[in-house]
This record gives sequence, structure tokens and C-alpha cells, in this order.
Amino acid sequence: MDFSYSEEQQMLQESVQKFVHKNYDFDTRKKIMASAAGYSAANWQLFAELGWLTVPFNEADGGFGGRAVDLMVMMEEFGRAMLVEPFLPTAILCGGLISELGSSAQKSALLPQIMGGELQLALAYAEAGSRFNLANVTTTAVRKGDEVILDGTKILVLNGPAAQHLLVTARESGAATAARGISVFLVDSKTADVSMTKYPTVDGRQAAQIQFKSVRVPVASRLGAAGAALDGLNVVIDRATVAVSAEAVGALEALLRKTVEYSKTRKQFDVPIGSFQALQHRMADMFIECQLARSIVLRAAMILDSKDSAQEKSKAVSAAKCRIGKAIKKVSQEAIQIHGGIGMTDELDVAHLFKRVTAIDLLFGNGDFHAARFASL
Amino acid sequence: MNAEFTAEEIVFQKDVREFMQNEFPAEMKQKIDANIRLSKAETVRWQKILYQKGWAAPNWPVEHGGTGWTATEKYIFATEMGLVGAPEPVPFGMKMVAPVIMAYGSAEQTQRFLPDILESNVWWCQGYSEPNSGSDLASLKTTAIRDGDHYVVNGSKTWNTYGQFADWIFCLVRTDNTVKKQEGISFLLIDMKTPGVSLKPIVLLDGHPEVNEVFFDDVRVPANNLIGEENKGWTYAKVLLTHERTNIAGVPRGKRRLLALQRIAANTDDGFGGSMANNPGFRHKLARAEIELLALEYAELRTLAALSVGKAPGPESSILKIVGTELAQSMDELFVELAAYHSLPFLPDQFEEGFQGVHIGPGNSAAAALTYFNNRKLTIFGGSNEVQRNIICKAVLGL
Repeated sequence: MDFSYSEEQQMLQESVQKFVHKNYDFDTRKKIMASAAGYSAANWQLFAELGWLTVPFNEADGGFGGRAVDLMVMMEEFGRAMLVEPFLPTAILCGGLISELGSSAQKSALLPQIMGGELQLALAYAEAGSRFNLANVTTTAVRKGDEVILDGTKILVLNGPAAQHLLVTARESGAATAARGISVFLVDSKTADVSMTKYPTVDGRQAAQIQFKSVRVPVASRLGAAGAALDGLNVVIDRATVAVSAEAVGALEALLRKTVEYSKTRKQFDVPIGSFQALQHRMADMFIECQLARSIVLRAAMILDSKDSAQEKSKAVSAAKCRIGKAIKKVSQEAIQIHGGIGMTDELDVAHLFKRVTAIDLLFGNGDFHAARFASL
Repeated sequence: MNAEFTAEEIVFQKDVREFMQNEFPAEMKQKIDANIRLSKAETVRWQKILYQKGWAAPNWPVEHGGTGWTATEKYIFATEMGLVGAPEPVPFGMKMVAPVIMAYGSAEQTQRFLPDILESNVWWCQGYSEPNSGSDLASLKTTAIRDGDHYVVNGSKTWNTYGQFADWIFCLVRTDNTVKKQEGISFLLIDMKTPGVSLKPIVLLDGHPEVNEVFFDDVRVPANNLIGEENKGWTYAKVLLTHERTNIAGVPRGKRRLLALQRIAANTDDGFGGSMANNPGFRHKLARAEIELLALEYAELRTLAALSVGKAPGPESSILKIVGTELAQSMDELFVELAAYHSLPFLPDQFEEGFQGVHIGPGNSAAAALTYFNNRKLTIFGGSNEVQRNIICKAVLGL
């Protein structure tokens, strides 16, 4: 049993820490968020040069190894610094799905571009009525000769505004929540009748609601066999779930650290507020939550990298996401409460960390959803 | 990074598992499964079985009869023992007083006391808390005044667990009233048969006199029963408290109880034609309890992994204590919820050895409330969970 990071993992961690220290203070991040793109293209190029964009990919695809633990190490640091660059949508979600479902031609066409930092992608899978059920797809894909016609609306397409291509889930057959019948298509964002409404999200990311109105795409743009995408989608979303959970661990630890520091300097009644036991015990509980969150995410990452069955893996992921949801509520809410009014202001990073972890709590299913999924597996 | 045991550790695990399955007496296992308290004789019997195997005191140094196991091996042993439901040794001798005697006792005391503890010939109990000294233990008032070759002890101790079975008691006593409260305390060993020692049982809310008040009335204790130096007792006791926190999280016991909850839920009607195992609300709570147990298990493994690479145990034990006890209590609630009306008959005797009356309620359902009641102690003893939070604040957060 050994829970220490390998040399490579330590280097990866230091690499992100160094970048954040040099290039990503809170004010810089704010400027990046206020820019037209909402992320820094220069940073994205740097990520490519540093090799970070290869981390989600296995060696056969030319990547760093595709290990969940490596990704965890990195995402935790991303979480601490609240990086807004679209690593999750482009590299983890879309890259993961191409790697999981794509033909070798599709992989060799797309993956090097992702890893090289040349391609931005977005996964359009959620719908207005789907909530967290990946099998709930009402967008239709109707075969017509060599083409497929897509109709439907996708919500919360992260990185939609910057994406050159979209990966779109659509139903070729079956009822609205049937496991079989779901396919994924690669769609150029500029295709006629793809209409995108762009918006920022609460946590400073860029997203879009996208309507597909009789959008014609070649059959060859499908990733994998017709109607057989759900298993692959599950695998990729599971990996992404552990990645954002690790991101949350970093963000929660940042919230804890900032809260404890603040409580030592903020004085009321002539003493630091951190001397009040009413606050101390709540900070102790925040610390415990952070430790449990770290433990269960580590467990999930290790099980994803193991030879356990697909079911065991999904179960471990749900355990982690369920538990992290509880930690998110506890730690983030207490962080604002203990800071008091200042914690609610836009100028303090605490509020931004709060908003990011709130979004993570909902991403890919909240705690209740994953408790139910855990129990059913 | 990996969470796997080495090949040697897996062999060790198999040996321990086989031993537990073969040697833990079946009739004792049945009692444990039926929530019936083991008698002192049975507990001693099991301890002697472990002693014969050389496994009575895994945490002791080899020269005193310990096993010389690594931290991971100790963890495996405790886990396997917990999974079959075998009781841990009564902690007062093996885990509490023995390490203090080893560290601070004289050679004479070591020879006199340790072998009987190891062999479970002599039972110990603890004399720490007093009616007015709970979490603020250092305020204790029981006095020991030197009189020639003896100390004369006066005062009272409370929350003394299983003193009715004990031969000896280790006490914190005040030997100096004129200094800071922590600096006037000594660590004294007292034979329970000494004239002037008396015991008054305290019946707890589950109907069982698990604890006692102990009174000392001009009790004359030989001065050579003092551990280490006079007025250093607080230091010794503190060392004891940070020691011996292995298995504090109670993960194996939690796993057994979770399986029991799942089994009982499947066999419990929900009143609407289904079983509680399919009741969405209950299922959800059970899933959350299981997830908490997994998080706790990995928190413990992380601590263990750090220990095995030579890092000193830190405030992690406070985390494990808080989370483990609060989870155990939430499981108690789930047992009560499953038992519903069947948890309300108050018949503590039917879970005692030799009960002759009519057993009320299916299975152990009437024990659910009793366990729920009794386990309120978990977050109070061993340093209340609030004291543990104070430790985290001081040691980790620097508050």
C-alpha cells in the first residue's frame, strides 16, 4: 500500500503549481474571464507545450497514460486556482469520447489536434428534461442516405462558444430513455441550422444552448456503431466525474485555508474571530470534510485505474461524487458564513470558489442522484 | 500509488482470517450476532486463545510479548478480527495502562504487572473522570497524600467501565494542590481489594450497569505503586491518549453492521407490501452510510500508509474518532428505524446470558434501541468529539 505520488505525478503537480504561481493570480483570472473568448488562448498553447493536454489520453493514442490518478493530481491544482480554460470539455469529455468510441481514422485525425492545443471541442449531451440521466436523449438522428438529420436542443454545452466542433448525442432508435439507440456525431459548429445561444455560467465558464434544426451531417461523422454510444459515454462521464471531484477537493482545501487565515486576522470584540469556539469547531468540521472528500476521490481514481469491473468502477465514482457533494455544501457554505459579508463580495476569491464548487456539485449528477446510482449498482 | 497489500501481506491476511474463522468460538460468535453481551469468562477465554497463539498484544514491543508486526499487519489483524465480530481486548489493561507501565514504570513494575495483563489473568479498570472533571480532566480532585511508605487516597472516580470485574485500577490523583493543575497530578496503581475502595454501579439508559462510581476512603496504597515520578502523571496520561488509536475508526465493525442492516432491511416489511430494502428513503440513507464508511476506510488507509513510511501519527486519529463514532451512531439510528415498534419493548434482560422469559420481537429488533442508547457514549468518551475538534483546531489549523 502506497498513497504517495510517483515522481511523474509530483512533476505534474509542480508544473501546474508553477504555472499558477507565475501566470494565474486572481486578478489575471478575472481579466481572462472578462475577455471575449472567456479563456486565454495563450494559456491553452502553454498547456499543450507543457504536455498537460496529453494527460487524459492513453499511450496508444499518443497520450501520457490516461490514468485517473494523474488527472486527479492535476485537477486538484486546477481547482485551487479556479482555472477557466476548457480542459474539461475539450480534453476530458470530447477527447475521452473520441478515444472511447472513435474509429482509428477519427482518432488519428482529432486526438493529435487536441493534444497539440489546436482544437476546441464541446460535448452537447444534456437536454432540458434529461437532468442527470445520460440515457435520456430526445434529440433525434434520422438516417437519410449517406446523411443523418439531427433535430433537438441541447443545454449547458460547456465550451460551446469556442468549440470548432461539437460532439452531439442523438437518438437513432428506441424510446426517450432507452439505453440502446444513442449515437454521438461530430458536428462542425458552423454547419447550417446549428443555432447557438451563448452565455456565461455562474462559475465563469462559457457555455451555450444549441438548437439543431434539421442539421445534416454525413453518416461518417458518427463515432462508433449506430445506437451504441451509451456505454462509452458512461465511461467518459465517470472519468470526468472523478476529475471534477478532484478539482473540488482542491477548491475546498483552498476555501478552508482562506477561511482559517481570515479568522486569524479578522478582529471583532478586540480578538481574532478564530478564537471563538463556535467558529473553531466549524472549521474543524470543514477540515474533516476535506479529508474525507480527498480520501473518497482518491479511492475512486485508484479503482478507475484498476482492473475492477465496469460496475465496480461506476459504483466507486458515485460514492465519490455523492460524498463530495456533501463536502461541497458544508465547506463552501461555512467559508462564506465565517468570512461574513466580505465572503459574499465579487472581489474576493472565496465567492468565486463557492460558485465553482456549487457548479461541480451539479455537474454529472448531484449527491442524491449518485446515492441512488450507488444503491442501484 | 496503489491500495493493494503486498504478496506477504496477503499471505498474512489469509493466515489471520483462517485463524479467526477456526478459533473464534462459535457460541461466542452466535452471541455477538444475537446482541448478547459476552461474560467476563468468555472474553478472557478469547483473550487466552489469542495469547496461546502469541497474538494477544499486537501493539506491544516484542520484548514484552508483542508480535513485531508492521503497521499494515496490525491493521490487517484488527480488520480480520472485527470482520468475524470477535471482541477487542478490554482496553484498560492491554491498551491503556500497559503502555504507560512500559514507558514510565520501573523494572519491578514491568515484571509484576505486564505478564498478567498479557495473559488476561488480571483485569484493569480506569480511574480518570470525576463527577466534576470530565473533559476538563486536569481539574480532578481525588487526593493522594504521602504517609511513610504509602499514599493515602481520598475521593471518587466515575464513569468507571467494568470496575465490577476489575482486579486493579489505574488512577490519576492529585499529589500537589499548590501548582498549576496539570503539574500536581500523579499516576497511581491501586488494588481494588484494598480496604476503603468501594463501588457503586450506575445504571445507564439501556438498563445496564456498564459503569460505576468508585469511592476511595482513606485507602492506603503502597508508594511503590506510583508510576514514574510524583506530579508527572498528566504527562504520562497524555502520552497514553495519543497512543493506541489503532482501529479507532471501527471500519470492520461498521462493515459487519452495514451487512446486517442490508440483511434486516431485505427481511423487514415496509407495511405496504414491499421490503424496507426497496423503500427509497431508507435505501438512500443506507447508501449514504455505506459511502461514509468507504470514505472513512480510505481516510484510515491514508493514515496507515503515512505511518508505514515512518510518519508520526498526528491529529488523524481525531478525525477517525469523530467520523467513526458519528457514523456508528447514525447506523444505530438505522437499526432503530428498521425495528420500528419492535424497538420499543424495554427488556434488557432478554439480551443477557441465561434469559428464561418469553422473547419479544423478531430477531434482535428489541436490542436496536438499547444499542442506540448505549452508543451515545461513543461521542462522549475517549475525549469527547468536541475535545477532538479542539485538538484539530490546535494541531492542524493553528487556531
